[in-house]
Amino acid sequence: MHSFNASMIKEIGKYFIFLGNLFINRETFKTYYKLILDECLSIGLGSLFLVALVSTFMGAVTTVQTAYNMVSDFIPNYVISQVVREMIVLELAPTIIAVIYAGKVGSSMAGGLGTMRITEQIDALEVMGINSISYLVLPKIVASILMYPLLVIIAGVCGMLGGYLAGTLTGIITPNDYVYGLRSSYNEFTVIFALIKSVVFAFLVASISSYRGYYTQGGALEVGVSTTQAVTTSVIAVLIADYLLAQLLLAK
Amino acid sequence: MIEIRNITKSFGDKLVLSEVSGVFEKGKPNLIIGASGTGKSVLLKCIVGLIKPDHGQVFYDGRDFYESDRDTKTEVRREMGMLFQGGALFDSKTVEENVRFPLDVLTRMSRSEKMERVNFCLKRVGLENANKKMPSEISGGMKKRVGIARAIVNKPNYLFCDEPNSGLDPQTSILIDELIQDISEDLDITTIVVTHDMNSVMGIGEKIMFIYKGQNVWVGNNKDITHSGVKELDDFVFANKVMNSLRENNA
Ligand SMILES: Nc1ncnc2c1ncn2[C@@H]1O[C@H](COP(=O)(O)OP(=O)(O)OP(=O)(O)O)[C@@H](O)[C@H]1O
Ligand SMILES: [Mg+2]
Repeated sequence: MHSFNASMIKEIGKYFIFLGNLFINRETFKTYYKLILDECLSIGLGSLFLVALVSTFMGAVTTVQTAYNMVSDFIPNYVISQVVREMIVLELAPTIIAVIYAGKVGSSMAGGLGTMRITEQIDALEVMGINSISYLVLPKIVASILMYPLLVIIAGVCGMLGGYLAGTLTGIITPNDYVYGLRSSYNEFTVIFALIKSVVFAFLVASISSYRGYYTQGGALEVGVSTTQAVTTSVIAVLIADYLLAQLLLAK
Repeated sequence: MIEIRNITKSFGDKLVLSEVSGVFEKGKPNLIIGASGTGKSVLLKCIVGLIKPDHGQVFYDGRDFYESDRDTKTEVRREMGMLFQGGALFDSKTVEENVRFPLDVLTRMSRSEKMERVNFCLKRVGLENANKKMPSEISGGMKKRVGIARAIVNKPNYLFCDEPNSGLDPQTSILIDELIQDISEDLDITTIVVTHDMNSVMGIGEKIMFIYKGQNVWVGNNKDITHSGVKELDDFVFANKVMNSLRENNA
């Protein structure tokens, strides 16, 4: 247990040194601008379909289950969509999608960097006098912070749309009630809170996955190990951050 | 000229390099040879700064690399070109983009100047028509050539090659060796080549350092290497039965 703690602390220390290295830039702004744009495209296009699909179904299932749980006739029907909205905006869109995001984007970041490491491409950058950490990782983190909140917004919209389709097609709730519920007692802070969460999760997934990939040692087998570790570690970090943020920002 | 002094490196309690010193001269390939696992690659990485030695110094034309501040280190690095064992080409970029890469990030050349330089270097390594190919579409020998082109594109003062001809047929190996030799002479740069290929040793070994179990055991050239009187070196040079029988016939 003692040595486990020691190695854990060492690992976290190494991670922070890694983050510190991100800001020792030697390249021009134009270089970074292009790299960030490329990353944004690959992150956005790469995960859009999966995010939309998952969130649509999440919205649909949440609607059906909320309706199923509300047996009392005293509760008006529009409360269903109100509950669906709160659940999707606060938790399902930012957090559950972050898990998917870690699996899709985090693993590809770790795999890509791991491959560059074992084929000496990272060494090649270093020998040229390029700070490989800031050159390779900074664009990934910035792009992630820019794109993930967008994905979360899309997920929110898709989720409510999914709920609408499931609710109205099965006759659980009328279209009018559903829309009324979405709009009633709306508190804009929940959206702001969701976006704060998205930025934090985006940073965690991108930086942890890059860290795992960057320090891959060995061969193709180890790249696979780094990739799975990247996903596991990112997901754990996201869940811990989710809890801490809820404590910090929602506790009365 | 590159000079190294007392380079020592261990991994954990495994001593890989022990007090290696030597001088690498300008205008010719300087070979580092030795059996597999003796620490040649580690030595090369210590010289270029990819692995920090436990102690020891590396001087690039008098500049003490490890004692320099970050800016000087970067400056020295930008005078280096390196060919890696597997080529280390960026696999998301085309051949042309790979070779152009150092110019893109390290210089302020115009696009046409860059293209001119890239095409010149690709021609220099005998690859005129591969500009738009991806690294996955070309052979191992071509990758090495692209690697050389990328290493020399920014007019380095120091060129490093780790096993430039491993995995190549003997004829292509000789072509690559000669290319490295010609480039070193033409550009008058300091070139260090790590190899365990006897053909290279005999072909371009004007200056050879023999590493045995992490130590610099012998320094000389390809004319002296067959009668060095060093047992470890003889074992290395005459490992081949044919070579060995030739030696015995001569004696
Ligand atoms: N990063 C590292 N961590 C631990 N040990 C290492 C590391 N790099 C190299 N070694 C060890 O150092 C020794 C020398 O390795 P090196 O790669 O320099 O051999 P080499 O002379 O280049 O051999 P080859 O001709 O096969 O390439 C080996 O025993 C290797 O296991
Ligand atoms: Mg080696």
